[in-house]
Amino acid sequence: MNVIYILWLRQLKRYSRSRARLIASLAQPLLYLLAMGYGLGPIFQRAGMGSYRDFITPGLVAMTLLFTAVFSGIELIMDRQFGFLKETLVAPVPRTWIILGRILGGATIACFQGLIFLGVSLIAGFRWHDLASLPVAFVFMILIGIVFSAIGSAIGSALTDAQGFQFVIGFLIMPLFFLSGAMFPLNGLPKALTILTRLDPLSYGVDALRHTLCGSEAIFGLPADFLVLSVVAALLLALSSWLFSRIQA
Amino acid sequence: MMIRAQNLTKLFGDFAAVKDISFEIKEGEIVAFLGPNGAGKTTTIKMLTTLLRPTSGSIEVDGLNPATQPNEVRKRFGIVFQDPSLDDELTALENMEMHAALFKVPRQTRSGRIEKLLTLFELWDRRREPVKRFSGGMRRRLEIARGLLHTPPLLFLDEPTLGLDPQTRNQLWLQLKKLNEEEHVTIFLTTHYMEEAERVAQRVVIIDGGRIIAQGTPEELKKQTSSQTLEQAFLVLTGSTIREEEASPADRMRRMAKMWRR
Repeated sequence: MNVIYILWLRQLKRYSRSRARLIASLAQPLLYLLAMGYGLGPIFQRAGMGSYRDFITPGLVAMTLLFTAVFSGIELIMDRQFGFLKETLVAPVPRTWIILGRILGGATIACFQGLIFLGVSLIAGFRWHDLASLPVAFVFMILIGIVFSAIGSAIGSALTDAQGFQFVIGFLIMPLFFLSGAMFPLNGLPKALTILTRLDPLSYGVDALRHTLCGSEAIFGLPADFLVLSVVAALLLALSSWLFSRIQA
Repeated sequence: MMIRAQNLTKLFGDFAAVKDISFEIKEGEIVAFLGPNGAGKTTTIKMLTTLLRPTSGSIEVDGLNPATQPNEVRKRFGIVFQDPSLDDELTALENMEMHAALFKVPRQTRSGRIEKLLTLFELWDRRREPVKRFSGGMRRRLEIARGLLHTPPLLFLDEPTLGLDPQTRNQLWLQLKKLNEEEHVTIFLTTHYMEEAERVAQRVVIIDGGRIIAQGTPEELKKQTSSQTLEQAFLVLTGSTIREEEASPADRMRRMAKMWRR
């Protein structure tokens, strides 16, 4: 347990000491919020869909979580490069604990960033509809954080060099983001696209966040969102733990 | 016997990095494992330290098998890797504390042991500084201090003095000899500085092209090759052609990472 804690703490310390990272990972969602929120807002409104800013804010919270969590998972590659990974590989403790500490650390950081973004969006005029459902939203933020931190860690365990990095961003993160319904409503899409959006675990996260933060109707329903995210989280924890335990230096 | 390796072989594809080597290291011994670049030194150390699985052959560390009881074996050794393995963003003290937690150093003895080692390696005054501000020599000293934190009976040092100035090297060996005498730590080291090996090691094992080509005390090897110094003996045994080592993907990546950091 102590091992999980110490690696969790390490992630947090590294995060709190790198202000550049904090700001950089807020820049993108903020840009989306301002450019899209105000740029596409009037069209959205005219289509009778309400405020686009309010529509995308939960999606952008999910985006912040997605990016921060995947990157802190992929940081494993950095640890491999700069050598610290070996220190953990020769430790006389189950590797599962080590990777679990890292994943929880990444998820925690992601949640921090998500909350900070939510705070920023308040300045931009966003208002949540009901204070009582905030804790529920937070539970979903934690789940999203774990899912994507585990995906990042699995990739970080499987990849041996940084060249795969761009590939991961282009072919995994951006599609996960765009297919999640963060930027557009998921109903009434062409059939093929609908199937893809259902396969994206982030869709369920966005659905839950939009429901709890904005009060709009959930497409899948909160119980389904919770179930899907929990099952995916459990599977990914097992996968990344297996991949990490196979690493040879 | 602290280490017993028998008919150890490691293949990477069809390249044999280590070919059928056998050797033994006694408790309390200081043994230098010498060889030109690419001879198989680091591969051997990785197999002894549970980081690589041998293709064939057997290993015993303190009577235990690294393949089947990795965590038991890991408790028994400390290691200083050839490349850095510290967390740069953390302070020296934090690096030590993390190691203490990872290696289950009992809480009661933890802070006392950390203070003792950081003092021994003259880092106590700078313990609250992040490692990224440390010089190369300070980092090496911290790595060694960290490797000793869980009082392992066995210490692996893979080129611990690489890139250090003569003063620091001298100091380091004095401190290590002291540890060997006081705590009876068995030391298995690699180095390219033959005079160092001659000075500190009781026994030398020479590996070349993945095979052990000679072993014995420095005196024996000198006599065997009728040389004046261990360096001469080494050159007689391994020849004087220069070995080119191809940069591994890890090396290339490290270079790239350095570029990006600026």
